[in-house]
Amino acid sequence: MGRVLTYEEKDTWMHRLCGVTKFVFFLLWSMTSMMTYDTRILLVMVVLSIILYRTSRTRWRQVGAVFKFILLFLTINLIAIFFFSPGQGTKIYGTDTPLFHVVGPYVMNAEQLFYEFNVFLKYMTVVPAVFIFIVTTNPSEFAASLNRVGISYKFGYAFAIALRYIPDVQDDFRTIRNAQEARGIEMSKKAKLSSRIKNMAAIIFPLVFSSMDRIDVVSNAMELRGFGKNKKRTWYMARELKPLDYTVIIVTALASAVALFITYHDGNRFYNPFV
Amino acid sequence: MKFGIKEVVAAGIGTALFVALTQVQIPLGFIPNTALQPRAALLVFISAVFGPIVGGIVGFLGHALGDAFFYGSVWWSWVVPEAVVGILVGIFANKFAIKEGGFSGKNIVFFNVIQVIGNALAWILCAPILDIVIYAEPANKVFLQGIWAFIGNIIIAGVLGSILAYAYSEISGKSSSLEKED
Amino acid sequence: MEPIISFSNFTFKYRTQVEPTLYDINLNIYPGEKVLIIGPSGSGKSTLAHCINGLVPFSYSGDITGEYSICGKDPKKMDIFGLSQMVGTVLQDTDGQFIGLTVAEDIAFALENDCVPGEEMKRKVDEVADTVHAKELLLNSPFALSGGQKQRVSMAGVLVDDVDILLFDEPLANLDPATGKTAIALIDEIHKTQKKTVLIIEHRLEDALYRDVDRIILVSEGRIVCDAKPDELLAGDLLREHGIREPLYVTALKHAGCTVTEDSHPAHIETLYTDLYKEKVKAWFESVSLPEKKPSSEEILSVSRLGFSYAPDKPVLKDVSFAIRRGEMTAIVGKNGAGKTTLSNLICGFLKPDAGEIFLEGKDITPLSVKERGEVVGLVMQNPNQMISKPMIYDEVALGLSVRGFPEEEIKERVYRVLKICGLYQFRNWPVGALSFGQKKRVTIASILVMDPKVIILDEPTAGQDYRHYTEIMEFLKYLNEGQGITILMITHDMHLMLEYTDRAIVLADGELLCDDKPARVLTDEALAQRAYLKKTSLYELADKCDIADPVMFTERFIYYERENHHGTSVNL
Repeated sequence: MGRVLTYEEKDTWMHRLCGVTKFVFFLLWSMTSMMTYDTRILLVMVVLSIILYRTSRTRWRQVGAVFKFILLFLTINLIAIFFFSPGQGTKIYGTDTPLFHVVGPYVMNAEQLFYEFNVFLKYMTVVPAVFIFIVTTNPSEFAASLNRVGISYKFGYAFAIALRYIPDVQDDFRTIRNAQEARGIEMSKKAKLSSRIKNMAAIIFPLVFSSMDRIDVVSNAMELRGFGKNKKRTWYMARELKPLDYTVIIVTALASAVALFITYHDGNRFYNPFV
Repeated sequence: MKFGIKEVVAAGIGTALFVALTQVQIPLGFIPNTALQPRAALLVFISAVFGPIVGGIVGFLGHALGDAFFYGSVWWSWVVPEAVVGILVGIFANKFAIKEGGFSGKNIVFFNVIQVIGNALAWILCAPILDIVIYAEPANKVFLQGIWAFIGNIIIAGVLGSILAYAYSEISGKSSSLEKED
Repeated sequence: MEPIISFSNFTFKYRTQVEPTLYDINLNIYPGEKVLIIGPSGSGKSTLAHCINGLVPFSYSGDITGEYSICGKDPKKMDIFGLSQMVGTVLQDTDGQFIGLTVAEDIAFALENDCVPGEEMKRKVDEVADTVHAKELLLNSPFALSGGQKQRVSMAGVLVDDVDILLFDEPLANLDPATGKTAIALIDEIHKTQKKTVLIIEHRLEDALYRDVDRIILVSEGRIVCDAKPDELLAGDLLREHGIREPLYVTALKHAGCTVTEDSHPAHIETLYTDLYKEKVKAWFESVSLPEKKPSSEEILSVSRLGFSYAPDKPVLKDVSFAIRRGEMTAIVGKNGAGKTTLSNLICGFLKPDAGEIFLEGKDITPLSVKERGEVVGLVMQNPNQMISKPMIYDEVALGLSVRGFPEEEIKERVYRVLKICGLYQFRNWPVGALSFGQKKRVTIASILVMDPKVIILDEPTAGQDYRHYTEIMEFLKYLNEGQGITILMITHDMHLMLEYTDRAIVLADGELLCDDKPARVLTDEALAQRAYLKKTSLYELADKCDIADPVMFTERFIYYERENHHGTSVNL
């Protein structure tokens, strides 16, 4: 598993923030980025998120592989949008300013190029935020903080258990696949689709069924140690909200409100440079 | 609808399985660069055994975490539909009677009807609409994507999901009626 | 004194079963006692434990008749949470018990559920971590821990609740012998310093008796058949009758014709008073003669200068070379992380070696695919649930043949033959779910055997098995080895297994081959045993105490005698 994002312990102001603060930031940030199509706001957000990314002291090796994958995906997506709907830009911005001929009936116009640039920006605002969130937030502390924003602790714990057992399950998957392969079950591309599904079943069965046993063991263990006893519970990893946390939450909330006001004050979420 | 300890653990471990299976794919072969996702089968199976809350969490959390860990971004427009599938299949969990060992004949058909409806709602309706609303993507593109995902998911959920549920039903049910044979 | 746990005329039947699992239990355990509960699998000892910690009847429902009380209270009128305040349970499966993302969180789990505030929680966690010597581990995730460390964390996780009764469910099951010793010592330390009532459920009697217990309760077929002091129980014949393995030195005394008495203190080899037995043991030692060794035949599997690493500067395996001859039964031993599993992964082709070669019958198998190797080298995994992929037993065993396209008739014939060899023929039309763990294990062995491999590698073949099933599985493997000429390689840290059943032990430590010798020699060499996280066999000490000059020879003769006279249970075909 080369390209997986994981938390790394460091000492920056961003690492010191509460999980709940970063979660609120992340939610407001992605919500704003989802709602707005105002190029000026998107540009400001991209610049801001690059600055934030810098101060989180995240290393390229932590995120590089995943980032390259996103760029690849995004490029394919942008090309697909063009070929599916070369007039999408005109539909949104109302004008048609042809730039150059691409192939066959496809002509790229300024509106389409601008629209796709906006799509690109939209992704670019979220990606650093996800990176920062994952690499700077201690997962246990985050599970604890879900409870703070009003989400039931049972849900928070389901999340913690998921994080706890992802590596175990990945390991099991590898072991099982190896053993089944030795028994003659191959995932070769030459086989028929139906037999490939059947072969996948031979790997997934033991994985799922041994996980069903594990569900029993883990729930017994949790019950024996008093999980679900009270309506509330405390968290070892929970942190107190500090002044910095409040500041970040307030600033983020205000900034989102301003961004959304600017976006929607003329009744249209798109910034239109063409009229 | 109960959300007790067992359901909490099932949601957690189900999510772990879903995330772990994110990168496991069965290439279709006849069309390059396309693949079936076994995790779609896992989702309908877990939902059909543990009900709508567990199914919803596994779909939502599993898809969001899988996106975040492996692809560094969260496509909410595809996270939500995943939860829709889990919830819809989960609502009928009692009817399938998987844990009780009664998953055969009519129940298998019913399970597949529900899974097809759930996947249709999710991928042909929910996902494209969210894509249009959030990303203002062209309608023809997102509907085609949605239909494509729908077809892939109903195949894998229908075949692998049904086999999983059937096998699990066989394993967990009818242990008292067994006799040794010579 | 009032008993802390008391059962009177107690009977329990699971809702899903026809017959009761526990019959007419009468038992009193007093505060501060340390009690060992032993019994073969399926005897009801785990159910008894579940009755004490509340899983019965709150998680596993059923019918209770008779009376019982825990800490003077009637559990039927409580809930599982109330009971968990009094009884702390350390489960056998330490991976399942480890719920937290880090050690500290896992220890704090019970406190979190009790809404203990942050500061107090941190203080208590530190305190308990200290008690189990796990303070330096607090920030580690479970993946960074060894089995022994995980178990210490589990102990801390229940100690933190300040319970009165500690219940250990097969604490030795997943540990190597040296770590098991440490665990028993730690349990003893906790018992003494924290003044708890301690219940240990185990079937590995000799290892469990590494430290004193007050009483041993022997459970068999749902009833308590003996409730006695260790010395008294070891002097009698009840253990053997009920399928529990006696300590090896006790068996040796009995072989030598000695009548083991209670006052010779047979509970520990250290306390055993041997003066009475000395002459008889010596005479017996002289009387047993070892047969001539089999002439060695051709090499079937050999590895030469094998090396492997995940990261360049951390080799997992360094320069390992050995050769296995046809028909040998060999043990690969060493503590967790010594490179045993990596070695078997390299042989099976799951991993590619960085250096060295692997030969099968003289041919380099490095270019062969995993599937091709699978036809000549079969691997049986430790956990059968990770191998079984078909709901029905017949289909599971047939899988390897059917994916290779054998004709239906041949598949049927071979599957039936193997099922008969494995004692599963009666169950051929059962779903796998109806089988016990041991039976599932046999299903997985059958599913490999059916392909007629030349070499079988078994990862911990007897893990989690009681003495009867252990003997059954091992006798079965011995039959395969001697009767069918299959070469067997076992990854294990079960010392009895390597002593009794293998011709050779390949000892790995930190990725290097430490030693390749007879098991009797490995297990009588203190320094070597220590480096490999094994334990010197008690036979060595018995020989020593009886003034026998050659303890290695004594051990070998004992094993030979044991094999000839007591494992005569031939496999029926």
